Amino acid sequence: MTVLDNELSQLIAPGRVHRRLYTDPTIFELEMQRIFEAAWVYIGHESQVKKPGDYVATQMGRKPVVLVRDGGGKVRVIRNQCAHRGALVVATDKGNAPEFTCCYHGWTYHLDGRLKAVPLNHGYPAGFDPTDPKLAMLQVPRVKSYRGFVFASGKSEGPGLEEWLGHMTTSLDDMIDRAPEGEIEAAGGVFRHAYDGNWKVYFENLCDAAHPLFTHRSSIEAAQQQSDDVHSDGTGEIAIRQMRQNGAPYSFWEENVGIWTYPNGHSFLGDYHDDAKLVAALNDPVFRDYIATMEAKQGKEKTRRTLEVRRWNSNVYPNLSFMSQFQQLRVVHPISVNETVVHTYNYRLKGAPARMFENTISFANIVNGTGSLVLTDDLEIYTRIGLGLTSAGSEWLEIGRGYAGDLPAEHGGRRGKNSTSEVYIRNMFDAWLGYMADGDGARGTRAPAPQAVAEMRQ
Amino acid sequence: MTLPQRTVQPRPDSGAFDAAACETFLVHEARLLDEGRFDEWLSLFTADAWYWVPSEPNQASPRDTISLIYDDRRLLETRVRRLASPRIYSQEPRSRTSRMIGNVTIEEAAADACTVRSKFQLLEYRRESQHIFGGTSLHRLVRGDGGIQIVWKRVDLVNCDAPHEGLVVPF
Repeated sequence: MTVLDNELSQLIAPGRVHRRLYTDPTIFELEMQRIFEAAWVYIGHESQVKKPGDYVATQMGRKPVVLVRDGGGKVRVIRNQCAHRGALVVATDKGNAPEFTCCYHGWTYHLDGRLKAVPLNHGYPAGFDPTDPKLAMLQVPRVKSYRGFVFASGKSEGPGLEEWLGHMTTSLDDMIDRAPEGEIEAAGGVFRHAYDGNWKVYFENLCDAAHPLFTHRSSIEAAQQQSDDVHSDGTGEIAIRQMRQNGAPYSFWEENVGIWTYPNGHSFLGDYHDDAKLVAALNDPVFRDYIATMEAKQGKEKTRRTLEVRRWNSNVYPNLSFMSQFQQLRVVHPISVNETVVHTYNYRLKGAPARMFENTISFANIVNGTGSLVLTDDLEIYTRIGLGLTSAGSEWLEIGRGYAGDLPAEHGGRRGKNSTSEVYIRNMFDAWLGYMADGDGARGTRAPAPQAVAEMRQ
Repeated sequence: MTLPQRTVQPRPDSGAFDAAACETFLVHEARLLDEGRFDEWLSLFTADAWYWVPSEPNQASPRDTISLIYDDRRLLETRVRRLASPRIYSQEPRSRTSRMIGNVTIEEAAADACTVRSKFQLLEYRRESQHIFGGTSLHRLVRGDGGIQIVWKRVDLVNCDAPHEGLVVPF
């Protein structure tokens, strides 16, 4: 318990949050312990470590870890720290190694993190035991994969991964089931974006259906004015269609798109694109080929059921967001209270026509690209929130849009009246308070209390 | 912010694809970008041109791997139109840039086309901070009706795979 503990619950009110949640370094440090070391944190995908010895060096929260497939084929997540003097052992982003060796004094580790050999081991005092499990690149207490998506938790006890994911497993299923062969693989490189703002700000934008029409107007207008007679090799076509789609009027978001939230802070935006108006679109020959391949492999009925899932971003709090229709996946890495890095990945649908993946790449470049005509304006917003919050403006920030319209949903969830609702932000802060106050993100199931808003404002 | 109008200058064209003519062209292109004359920059490209900034060193293709920027002609036009928008919030305030072009060599030349390699250093100043970019450019140039034109341009940043803030002003 800290002095801060008594204040935490006072920083969140119905429909409002205190700006300290985005600016206070002490709160940030506590988030790193109580959320990023307690929740199931997304680490990577099994296809990134296909063969024994394959590894990826990454971070769990801010803490360096290594995702590795050991000699027996098991996927592990181990702390990237030498048990001797503490040096980072794995210094390259990815690769294949028979074992890990520290560059300082040559301590060598098995792929599962156990100590293998110590030079000069006769020089240590009696009782020094290289087989002591504490003398290791320590394993993160719990590591679990859901159909290839690897998560880890720094807590040895708590809800299991599937229980914690809850209904979000259906979004992960949607990522995989779109592959004709029922399998996906990470491919096509990684974008890394940096912004000077709090990590939560990024998550709070992912299902924000009220911002594109305003924030992205420069790219919407430029795309609307673009002549389709100008030469395209196919890559620009998808990008421009998506930018035009961002210009859908508010009525579209209010009438046609919904938002669903679930315990532990998770959410998704649904019914956005159906495959008839998807940027790939039914009259796109590539997409028609894809559907034919799916039907040949899986039958018409199963294909229809798979493709009628129409989710946009699915967010697994606190660090994973993905978009199944174009196989995009983003991982949030908090750096400090006011610095964040986001890594974005693409997935290849095994068995799909090669040009489907080209569409995935084109889509990534325009929606998640560092030089995108769209994302650059989002990054500007994140930085401006970081800057704006240094002013002496209002202490409380509004997250109340759609509050009175929140509705209970199946699977322990809560949905917004429509997609412009900020219900998913309120849901994340309920989970936040659960983790921060008592280590239980399931407070996200709290029933809405619309009347509280009116009371609060009196 | 509206950029001051400047008189369009005739494109430099010495009549031959030697290194000096190419360097004059590349310096002219850099000047157009530094001065925010993006429409004029766009007019340097052919009608089916592409412009590519890979995300990985030695990237083989823009089709199977993401790129910091990969624009076909249609998307490049959209990019340039957006740069002129008063509502481009990521350019509020506008960047100021300064480019140095050097080490110009002709990789391959025919009578009416050539591939030119050059090095660049770019300072970008915006909102009280200055960023340094550098790397290698490859230009495929042809002689068109109005002078030299760019068929494709590839820019390999030294730090292409680093975490970047938004990259808005073209390289």
